[in-house]
Amino acid sequence: MSLFEIALIGGMALITFSIRYGLFAVGHRVRFNPLVSRALTYVPVAVLTAIIAPAMLVPGDGSWQLSWQNAYLIGGIAAILIAALSRNLLATIFGGMLVFFLWRWLLA
Amino acid sequence: MSAHLKAFACGARDTLPMLLGALPFGIIFGTLAIASGLSMPATLLMSALVFAGSAQFIAVSLVASGAGLAVLLATTLIVNLRHMLYSASLLPYVRQLSPRWKVPLAFWLTDETYAVVHRHYLDANASNEHKHWYFLGSCLAMYSNWFVCTLIGALLGSSLPGMAGWGLDFAMVATFIGIVVPLLRTRPMLLSAVVAAVVAVAANGLPYKLGLMLAALSGVIAGVFAERWSLESGKLTGGVDEPV
Repeated sequence: MSLFEIALIGGMALITFSIRYGLFAVGHRVRFNPLVSRALTYVPVAVLTAIIAPAMLVPGDGSWQLSWQNAYLIGGIAAILIAALSRNLLATIFGGMLVFFLWRWLLA
Repeated sequence: MSAHLKAFACGARDTLPMLLGALPFGIIFGTLAIASGLSMPATLLMSALVFAGSAQFIAVSLVASGAGLAVLLATTLIVNLRHMLYSASLLPYVRQLSPRWKVPLAFWLTDETYAVVHRHYLDANASNEHKHWYFLGSCLAMYSNWFVCTLIGALLGSSLPGMAGWGLDFAMVATFIGIVVPLLRTRPMLLSAVVAAVVAVAANGLPYKLGLMLAALSGVIAGVFAERWSLESGKLTGGVDEPV
């Protein structure tokens, strides 16, 4: 393992554990400022969407690919539709990947 | 079987559907980590010591794009902040436990285990005395599943070195879509996602992957403001009662 990997994993482990254990360690009942607790509920959606959107529209660190030849875009749209209709994680993953690979194969 | 073990087994059993969802997620994480250049020991150690699926996924995609340590750790912090909500919500139930219990239960606290365990703590029919054993059962089921899936994925990834070019990174996109879309049940949530998406694409060229942080922050702010605004307009028209 490289030094970078050790620092990365050590740092990530420390940060994650501190977040999870901090309140347990303090022990008495905590009341978040309502604004903070509202903000925290938006974190997963905002972070994950911020990863999804560029991965679909600007794949491979390149330029904008708003085109039907972009398999990431087509596969992503298919996954969004499947997720909205089925609300099933497994169906979304497998359905989205199927469309993605089929699209790539058809364009090749 | 003792009451402890029974509670432990029930916790593991009730977590089974979550294991099924985490299964492809863990395998894909293993293959992606190897494809992004992480070594086999580092991949396994990350799953063993960090044990936070979305943060691990994002970390390997950032590693692949050449992000630095500071960006990686800051992103981990933001992505995992939601766990504070979980521990705050479970605190009334675990505060009497000794650190010998609290430390491992906190270490293993994931989205899935929170969902299962919180429901159980609210269940008046189950004996309160053994609920932390139930919690532990759920934790260990998730943890062993996650580790084994990472191992399978990492072995697949290293035995098929060409996998990096297969477009497996799309699996991560599909997985995140499968997590996010069902969460978009309210207008503020939807707006939060749209703002995060637009800012993320617009700021994609920024160095150090700062666009991700900027987009996440914009999305959170947009969601909070939209929520306040919709509550206020609800009050004005007298149509919507605030949830208590």
